[in-house]
Amino acid sequence: MSAGRDAIMGGLRRALKRGAKVADAAAQEAVDQRLSDIQRGLIPARAQIPPRAQVDLFESMAVEQAATVVRIASLDEVPAALADFLKGNNLAPKLRLAPSPELENLPWDGQPLLEVETGRAQDSDQVSLTGAVAGIAETGTLLLASGPEAPTTLNFLPENHVVVLKASQVVGAYEDGWDRLRESHGPGQLPRVVNFITGPSRTADIEQTIQLGAHGPRRLHVLLVEDTDPENGR
Amino acid sequence: MSETAPRVGLFVTCLVDMFRPSVGFAAVKLLEAAGCSVEAPRAQSCCGQPAYNSGDQHDTRTLAAQVIATFEPYDYLVVPSGSCAAMIREHYPALLADNPELTARAEALAAKTYELVSFLTDVRGMTGVEAAFEGRVTYHDACSGLRELGIYDQPRALLATVRGLRLEELPDADVCCGFGGTFCVKYPEISDTMVTNKAEIVEQTGAGTLLAGDLGCLMNVAGKLQRRGSNVQVRHVAEVLAGMTDEPAIGEGVKNGGD
Amino acid sequence: MEPSPRAFKANAREAVQDPQLKRALAHVKVGFIGKRAKAVARLPEFDALRDAARDIKVHTLDHLDLYLERYEERVIAQGGQVHWCPSADDARAAVLDICRRVGAKTVTKGKSMISEEIDLNQHLEANGITPVETDLGEYIIQLRHERPSHIIAPAVHLTKDLIEADFRAHHSHLPPERSLEEPRELVEEARGILRERFLAADVGITGANFLVAETGSSIIVTNEGNGDLTQTLPKVHIVIASLEKVVPTLEDATTILRVLARSATGQEFSTYTTVSTGPKRPEDLDGPEEYHVILLDNGRSEMLAGPFREALHCIRCGACMNHCPVYHAIGGHAYGWVYPGPIGAVLTPALVGVEEAGDLPNASTFCGRCEAVCPVRIPLPKMMRHWREREFERHLTPRAVRAGLRLWAFLASRPALYHWLTGWAARLLALLAGRKGRLRSLPLAGGWTRVRDLPAPQGRTFHALWAERQRRAGK
Repeated sequence: MSAGRDAIMGGLRRALKRGAKVADAAAQEAVDQRLSDIQRGLIPARAQIPPRAQVDLFESMAVEQAATVVRIASLDEVPAALADFLKGNNLAPKLRLAPSPELENLPWDGQPLLEVETGRAQDSDQVSLTGAVAGIAETGTLLLASGPEAPTTLNFLPENHVVVLKASQVVGAYEDGWDRLRESHGPGQLPRVVNFITGPSRTADIEQTIQLGAHGPRRLHVLLVEDTDPENGR
Repeated sequence: MSETAPRVGLFVTCLVDMFRPSVGFAAVKLLEAAGCSVEAPRAQSCCGQPAYNSGDQHDTRTLAAQVIATFEPYDYLVVPSGSCAAMIREHYPALLADNPELTARAEALAAKTYELVSFLTDVRGMTGVEAAFEGRVTYHDACSGLRELGIYDQPRALLATVRGLRLEELPDADVCCGFGGTFCVKYPEISDTMVTNKAEIVEQTGAGTLLAGDLGCLMNVAGKLQRRGSNVQVRHVAEVLAGMTDEPAIGEGVKNGGD
Repeated sequence: MEPSPRAFKANAREAVQDPQLKRALAHVKVGFIGKRAKAVARLPEFDALRDAARDIKVHTLDHLDLYLERYEERVIAQGGQVHWCPSADDARAAVLDICRRVGAKTVTKGKSMISEEIDLNQHLEANGITPVETDLGEYIIQLRHERPSHIIAPAVHLTKDLIEADFRAHHSHLPPERSLEEPRELVEEARGILRERFLAADVGITGANFLVAETGSSIIVTNEGNGDLTQTLPKVHIVIASLEKVVPTLEDATTILRVLARSATGQEFSTYTTVSTGPKRPEDLDGPEEYHVILLDNGRSEMLAGPFREALHCIRCGACMNHCPVYHAIGGHAYGWVYPGPIGAVLTPALVGVEEAGDLPNASTFCGRCEAVCPVRIPLPKMMRHWREREFERHLTPRAVRAGLRLWAFLASRPALYHWLTGWAARLLALLAGRKGRLRSLPLAGGWTRVRDLPAPQGRTFHALWAERQRRAGK
């Protein structure tokens, strides 16, 4: 290994008084344990509420952070809802769509005037549409993960980021999000980027007054698909 | 005095002893009213904070040992200062950690050491005082008492029972006045900025009197108020609670003396 | 920029007389303090989470070597590289090496205190590479060739007018008659300019709020999204972090994240919390091709061994300085180096030496507000007192002070002598003050009397009066 590594590890081992066999073995055991038997910490009670209430909480928290949220009855309504968003904000009828079959197969031909291209974002794109892994009710936070169907540039380059979030994807706490990712990617593995997004980009660097749209998107718009059974909530 | 009256050793503090004994006598009056017998042992001077906060552990230990020896015979050590009480309660035991015998004695003393006002309310169960003080009063929460000993409600509770007194909460009451012992002379410009802020806010309350539980803070703010030509009078809270406010306020001349 | 904590007293003196700084710092007092209080009031579990965050840090530091080994394993397994850098020099060299190898001409940077600590920008510039700060506050101070004055709001010492002047001076290609009155307009302009830089950069450098051993990930939090554009667009992503940033699991990072934004800005959660793991995967459509982690020691392993270990808990939230009355009076630059406020007073002597930075831990009243708000419960006043003890042991305390303390201890440990002397002193001062009851000046007390009156003693000491009272009562 490198000289730098040896120097640093040597310094750390001296500082931690390594060298006593029994104590060292116990320390290694503690580390192995903690990394294999992963425990949740203290989770606030705030989001430990029934699923329908979690969806409502997600919406109110997200709106508090300057996201906009519109509820739609089904995925099929996405193209029309998107067209509404563009019209409402005087945006050109052009869209960069995430290359996910679920989104690509939506009835886009119901919006004949809309120019839809898929792929990663280009500098000139004004509006992107992506899915999400989950919505965290605790703070109105979206959880997105990179992958072939979810290039990260869609979340940051365009000025307007529209996210399709299903009510069934809403969970209470961040830890529920980690569980989902561990399920899909395997233990100890993550995609290149996991983004937790809470509202649009902002800065307070000029005299502590908040301005939206610092570098990332100026608008974050959530299309919340009510795909859960109103009787059962799930 | 009943035979079961607890014996309190009064820790006077160096500042009260030299600058304002009336605070000490107010403390005695309040403690006696609370059913205690009070002694002020002569073998006391300083709790050691100046040395402690300057990093001089050796001299601090010398003074700590003296305080422990002088006061451990009493049922309680009570002191009209949050910072001295915190020094003895919170810092002595760790300070003497390399001397197990002394540590044990320090822990024993710490357990029975109290700042004056919180002793009256929390230990003696006092809920009110027999005192009168006409006027609007505002109260500064000295840092050690507030953050190390949790003293906040107690002085307010007793002040609420003083006849004629109207308490105006001081905005930013929990912000340091800039005294900090040697800090105020080592970093005078920073200290001045802090005490000026404090004086301005005190004046803005419109109160005629400022109170607190620590004489160092009081002298610091009083000195600034007076340099600014302010009319606000400054006293120790014990003096008001004991109804002993005939003495000139801090930094004031003999009555009708003035400038 | 050379560290200059030695100039603290002079800097502080200048700072308290600066009306524009005073105006700017007023925002810190009102803004950050109120917002944090609101966020805390809204979360009943906040104090318990502080304990949990502290416990995670304590456990991790106790096993730091082992967690760093596991962290490195995971980074490599995910296709990244780890560079172990004992000193600032090593770190600068490692970064330059990578940049040269890929022929980098411009480098975008997310906010990183470590990169300030090692003076990375200067080094890159000296070697023909242009670093561009992308966090708006950092961009502004880069234009001014200043250090940050606050660890999360680097330009907090500047008013809007100053920023407007800087933009006009540096963005000379834009029409001079344009309006830059409103903060909105300033942000728009910066957004446009930095957009070009993001797209053109060859290398992106970010810091790390956390390094996660479980997955070999780095986590950054921003509100602007600049960190994300910095790390996603260029061919190479370099993460620069000090050793103590590592935490065991994603859950551990999450627990600490719950107290981070609330303590820093009073937000429930930062706008962008981003977890990066390695370079782009073969099937990704965007992302960097290389992922490097620069692990910096620069004094941390030494701190781990001593009484300043708890300062390694710091999660760089800035709450301590937001609540510090000394910081409110003098701002961040007076501290003379990268880390201001109470955490700066503890860290700076550890990293640049107590001979250089001795004033910092002394310029405190130990009011305790910092410790009261620290989300990982660092006992900051206690650490500052440790530094004072070190200075005293090494005779760095001024001789006059040592002599004064010696004299005081001598007298105070001889109560009879003490009472006799103080009796005379009380009489003398009362006499000097006369009917006024206070002194406007006093030899040797200039530090006090220059700006405030000195209340005079009442004339007799308590002990003298008490002895009389006892005599009268026949005791």
